[in-house]
Amino acid sequence: MDALYERPKSLTNRATGYCPGCLHGVATRLIAELIDELDARADTVAVLPVGCGTLGMFHFNTDVVVSPHGRTPAVATGVKRSCPEKLVFSYQGDGDLAAIGLAEIMHAANRGENFTVIFINNGTYGMTGGQMAPTTLVGQKSTTTPEGRDPAGTGYPMTMCEILSQLRAPRYIARFSLDCPANIVQAKKGLRKSFELQRAGKGFTFVELLSNCPTNWGLSPLECLDWMRENSMKAFPLGVFRDRED
Amino acid sequence: MEKKFLKGNEAVAEAAILAGCRFFAGYPITPQNEIPEYMARRMPQVGGVFLQGESETASVCMIYGAAAMGKLAMTSSSGPGISLKAEGISTLAGAQLPAVIVNVMRGGPGLGTIQAAQSDYLHATKAMGHGGFRVLVLAPSTVQEAIDLTYKAFGLAVKYQNPAVVLMDGWIGSMMEPVTLPEAKEPVRNNYTGWGTRCFNPQGVGVVDVVSSCLLEPDRQELLNIHFGEMYETWARDEVMVEEYMLADAEYVIVAYGTAARAARTAIGSLREKGVKAGMLRPISLYPFPYDALKRLDRNRVRFLLDTEMTLPVQMKDDIRLGVADAVPVHSCGRSGGVVLTNEDIEDALLRIVEEEGK
Repeated sequence: MDALYERPKSLTNRATGYCPGCLHGVATRLIAELIDELDARADTVAVLPVGCGTLGMFHFNTDVVVSPHGRTPAVATGVKRSCPEKLVFSYQGDGDLAAIGLAEIMHAANRGENFTVIFINNGTYGMTGGQMAPTTLVGQKSTTTPEGRDPAGTGYPMTMCEILSQLRAPRYIARFSLDCPANIVQAKKGLRKSFELQRAGKGFTFVELLSNCPTNWGLSPLECLDWMRENSMKAFPLGVFRDRED
Repeated sequence: MEKKFLKGNEAVAEAAILAGCRFFAGYPITPQNEIPEYMARRMPQVGGVFLQGESETASVCMIYGAAAMGKLAMTSSSGPGISLKAEGISTLAGAQLPAVIVNVMRGGPGLGTIQAAQSDYLHATKAMGHGGFRVLVLAPSTVQEAIDLTYKAFGLAVKYQNPAVVLMDGWIGSMMEPVTLPEAKEPVRNNYTGWGTRCFNPQGVGVVDVVSSCLLEPDRQELLNIHFGEMYETWARDEVMVEEYMLADAEYVIVAYGTAARAARTAIGSLREKGVKAGMLRPISLYPFPYDALKRLDRNRVRFLLDTEMTLPVQMKDDIRLGVADAVPVHSCGRSGGVVLTNEDIEDALLRIVEEEGK
């Protein structure tokens, strides 16, 4: 009998550390499947952020380097420049990438660093209990915007694909959603494309994955998915923002 | 053994390459700019990597990434930039990774001045970042020593899987002196021996590396903290470096490091001509600090010690007092903010104290 579905070798044999219904698990699995499919496990370095994504150090059965908060693209730069033969990805949340690490992501992108950034956007600081993120939607409640995010004092959600698309160097920039199987399949295609471009030495690739946070959104896993479709996916339109041919 | 005439900052950079360093990331700040500039020219010639980071914060994280991959890596900066590197240095220490950080000191605090000073002794020796860790701190007094100590710093960093710091002042960085270069070492890949893999992916030991300063579990973190404490004890036993200059009959002992020690040496010559029996104890390793050399001083003969630094208030005094257990008075003198400390400053200060004590 053939196994139709099994744990990728690029995942450790361990129960998930993520909350029930959290799409980090989906993202983590997609990446691990892809590493297996590319037969790259022995050559992959996952550079992890500070936040829920740090838990990847339990899950990725690859080389892992845990970065200081937001410096993930700088650490990945050090990893990739010193070992160009490795498949390197950074895995970052919205606080890590779009708040404290804004300088690092902008400059890694601007240098055209030859690694892949996987950006998990769920509009909140999950690990610390649901504070406002740079991607929190207007009106969305968080523990630090109890009345909802008011642009008058806290600005607007930062659209990182659009912002990074202002730069000339990046090779591939795209946003996907993990809300349903069809979109998950698309997300995997985008991740595959990024990894393949990196392996071909084509430069900086950026994949944003719209995600959820049942715990801090205060919604059930299913309600989260509806909320993503009605809100997140409208504020953060899906699509390919950059696919530059050489 | 190649002889050259080199500027301190360039000497440090060349010494790093000779020690096998093949990865440098830095950010412009005076008075250390010759280090990244030299590396930008030199690294490509030896197949290494030079990166100008978008900040000091990013630069130290770049060397963290390179160190995680087993490469010998270095970054350099000066006071304000070293503050920004605190996060990365703490992360290197916590993840048990070797790297060398060069601080070419200027006047402080804050942005301070760009002129040479010794304003970062406390920062370097007590807490280069959060979390209660130590780094090896080596303080050159000549350009030759800047080479030798940078070269040695890489060896120590690898030996202890811990960051090492070359703490020099802007004078050493910008002066030129004839030097002899050490032999070039072949760059080798340093194997990761930190605790991350066995904490997070025990099956991966020997197969994959999990490099992390985040151990998550309090009991594991405590064990690592205890391990660090034991390691620092071995440093105190094995890695202390100190120069004792004209101490055999000294009644007045100047304690000084770096450029301050050069001025002190001249002052001692002049004092000796006047019949004042002065000598010097020069810490070369600032951490571990040469407490034992101070303990060995003849307390019946030595009238007082003079902590001499290019920073005010002086910063080394508490360590000196610990060394002599307050059995000998410890006075201080110095200049600060980038004002030049002269041998006359030291001589005058010492003679004034002799006179006051004689009253």
